[in-house]
Amino acid sequence: MRPGALPRIRRDALIFAALVALYLAVSGVVTNSYYQLMLTLVPIWAVMGISWNLFSGYVGLTSFGHAVFFGLGAYTVALTLNWWDLSPWFGIAIGAVVGAAAAVFIGMPTFRLRGHYFALAMLAFPLVLLYVFQYLGYQEVSLPMKRQDPFFWLQFTDPRAFTAVAVGMLVVAMAISFAVENSRFGLTLMAIRQNELAAEASGIDARRWKMRALVLSGVIAATAGGLYACILLVVTPEAVFGILTSAQALTVVLFGGVGTVWGPLIGAAILIPLAETLHAELGNIVPGIQGVVYGVAIILVMLLAPEGIFWTLRDRWLRDRGPAAPVPRGDRPASAAVAPLVTAPPQVSGPLLRVEGLSKSFGGLRAVDDVSFEVKPGEILGIIGPNGAGKTTLFNVLNGVLPADSGRAWLAGEPITGRKLHAICRLGVGRTFQVVRSFPRLALLDNVLIGAYGAGLTGDAAVAAAEEALARVGLLDQAAQPAGQLTNKGLRLMELARALAGRPRLLLLDETLAGLGREECDELLEVLGRLRAEGMTIVIIEHTMHAMLRLADRFVVLDHGKVLAEGAPRTVVEDRSVIEAYLGKKWLARCST
Amino acid sequence: MEWEILLENVLNALAAGITIGCIYGLMCVGLSLIFGIMRVVNFAQGDLLMLGAYAAFYLVAAWGVLAFLGPEVAPFAGAILAGPIVFAVGWLLHRWIVARVSGLRTVASLDEGHFGQLIVTLGIALILQNGGLILFGSMPRAVRTPLSSSAWMVETGIGDATIFLNKARVISGLAAILVVVALYWLLERTRLGKALRAAADNPTAATYMGIDVDRAHRIAFALGSGITAVAGGLVASYLSFTPFMGLDFVVIMYAGVVLGGMGSLLGAFWGGLTIGFVQQISALVLPPQLQNAAIFVVFLLIVVLRPQGLFGRSAERA
Repeated sequence: MRPGALPRIRRDALIFAALVALYLAVSGVVTNSYYQLMLTLVPIWAVMGISWNLFSGYVGLTSFGHAVFFGLGAYTVALTLNWWDLSPWFGIAIGAVVGAAAAVFIGMPTFRLRGHYFALAMLAFPLVLLYVFQYLGYQEVSLPMKRQDPFFWLQFTDPRAFTAVAVGMLVVAMAISFAVENSRFGLTLMAIRQNELAAEASGIDARRWKMRALVLSGVIAATAGGLYACILLVVTPEAVFGILTSAQALTVVLFGGVGTVWGPLIGAAILIPLAETLHAELGNIVPGIQGVVYGVAIILVMLLAPEGIFWTLRDRWLRDRGPAAPVPRGDRPASAAVAPLVTAPPQVSGPLLRVEGLSKSFGGLRAVDDVSFEVKPGEILGIIGPNGAGKTTLFNVLNGVLPADSGRAWLAGEPITGRKLHAICRLGVGRTFQVVRSFPRLALLDNVLIGAYGAGLTGDAAVAAAEEALARVGLLDQAAQPAGQLTNKGLRLMELARALAGRPRLLLLDETLAGLGREECDELLEVLGRLRAEGMTIVIIEHTMHAMLRLADRFVVLDHGKVLAEGAPRTVVEDRSVIEAYLGKKWLARCST
Repeated sequence: MEWEILLENVLNALAAGITIGCIYGLMCVGLSLIFGIMRVVNFAQGDLLMLGAYAAFYLVAAWGVLAFLGPEVAPFAGAILAGPIVFAVGWLLHRWIVARVSGLRTVASLDEGHFGQLIVTLGIALILQNGGLILFGSMPRAVRTPLSSSAWMVETGIGDATIFLNKARVISGLAAILVVVALYWLLERTRLGKALRAAADNPTAATYMGIDVDRAHRIAFALGSGITAVAGGLVASYLSFTPFMGLDFVVIMYAGVVLGGMGSLLGAFWGGLTIGFVQQISALVLPPQLQNAAIFVVFLLIVVLRPQGLFGRSAERA
């Protein structure tokens, strides 16, 4: 569980329980069957929204095809009832299994795709099923009437009972949603959404987590579809697999707010009644006017609240309250963080990192060309070179972002070339990126926790590791602040902490000092110096020469992908070929005169 | 002879695939200007197509403004004229709505503002569909031309096998190719085209180069709308339609653009052509209900096996 989750869950659960009680009370009073149906549909679409949000909202891969799960759930209930006289309760359960299976089947090929490609591939799945079900002769499957035992057959004469069942399903879905958001699961998914590369570099197997999220999402959507079939009593391919069903799922979430448990709830509670009321009140007078009004309404709200109602209101409320004061964290003694030692000092004889003949080409460009060097335990190696020398590419190959064309590398004798990103991270290679990515709305501690989770730590051990890492970079007193309030320096330190939280043996730092002022730069150097004193091994890419001269024990100079020079900083910077590579021949001539 | 009949069927399916494919290709090119270049997922693209079909219908049949051209020429003149009309609609839509959730404003935000664009274009789609229902009515319409029921016959010389080329579709296909060529010239050879491509490639950098990115995006959006509308006008010459026709085509358009590789104009055309091909060829072996399923199965296969698209150069940047 994430730190501070318990009070948050308690508060949210209380609010939610009050809303549920209020909702049930209202639906108990409504006698008009049309409005009662509306009250039943709100929780169904809220559940559908929760399903969409659990996947797309947290992972950030937009799905245009959630109708595939919804439709499979609905058809499973309708067909099992028709074929085998099975109670819809069993039908919904089987539908959930079908939904999970569909998620695995869909996810396996589709997760290779990114961005829009993924979204549009998802669009195709329900449409294929739509036509297949039409072809199979299921244009209109109705649920046979059952007179006895309404609860067993889910066929109530009182429409209020359906509302109660639907709200029951919503409660379960909300509970799952709360659990996900406040756990390692949710935090990991958010890390993937933010920056998949950085998440993998923190040891997270993105593909596996995405698959888990899609399966969970598919199960929930199939359940919603199953209940939907029981309420409408007729299932048609267009109604359950249609493009509008997928659109509805994402509309309620985007309208309410993405990536929060409340978003789908807010969206469904406003949009479904709005659409239905417009349909009932205006649809008879001028057919089509309800759609126009609905369209105008959602456009207006999105222009005013582009991130959804929840986030816009919350941000406004927080702004009105003024900036949050740094809250002292009460649930954990601060002393836990002052532990002096970083990592277990590397118990290796010989080099910690050994690189031999590493090469990487992009087309004709040899970005890294036959590079060999070694890093001794506890040393700081600076990698310098002009722009385009292949420094970042070298890092990318070393920590598994890119596969090497040839050559090998070992970490403490263990080969790391050919391994995947997250596996290399688990072996003990931590990394920061040139461009810092953070979760602006999450607390600093949550941001750093992702690194700890990635390294395989769980529960209190992960929180302890994250706090220790924050203490190490001097940010512990700001742990509860949202990362969005940090300065550039703060963000750099936070990213350093995120890498440290995984307890790496080797740190790869990519331009950690970029864009910092002189004093900020000094502060960061101090932190890095402390890390060295505690036995951390660091390889750092940097442009600021004066900083590198103070920090690094040794330099490796890259130019056009090749190692140009290697050795103690002073000798390297006086090397003629290095000066030439950096400043050109003219300067070299000047220097020598 | 069995195989002669088979051959005749295959050749005719190929011919129909090429002509319909050209029209699909044209609508895909329109979408690729918006989706491929601006990276805006426009759910309303199918409805812009619908507007094009109705524009042609009113110009040619209902008001008869173009009736003087005769029933052979008027439908195609109407389709071409639908372009500038819907260009204006696209311009206004971008000016008032789409610009607020896309372009430079959202480049820096998480998800690049895609979520907001989804909802907003979905709202536009709803307004256009239902507004169309109010204005145009739910009665299926068609732009009639005698050409759609006559064909050129081409003897293959192999037995009795003859290819029937529906005149309306052939002319539509040629018109589609003409428009694509004109657009290609515009983008590759003019200053405006250069600005559009720069704004597409890197909006921030384009700004530094003195390009008015907002204006470039507006032109791209309006052009994309107009091009797709021309395709809609051409569709109207052989198919009857209602205000909800967009739903059937929007998916075909996205499939075509992705197949061709996003951001590539000619790729989008080939993508649309491929879709037309698959649709017509599958008619030979599959029952009619499964023809559309076949399109999406082929689409999924290609996307999964070759994510950069059939004709694209490289995959989307990570």
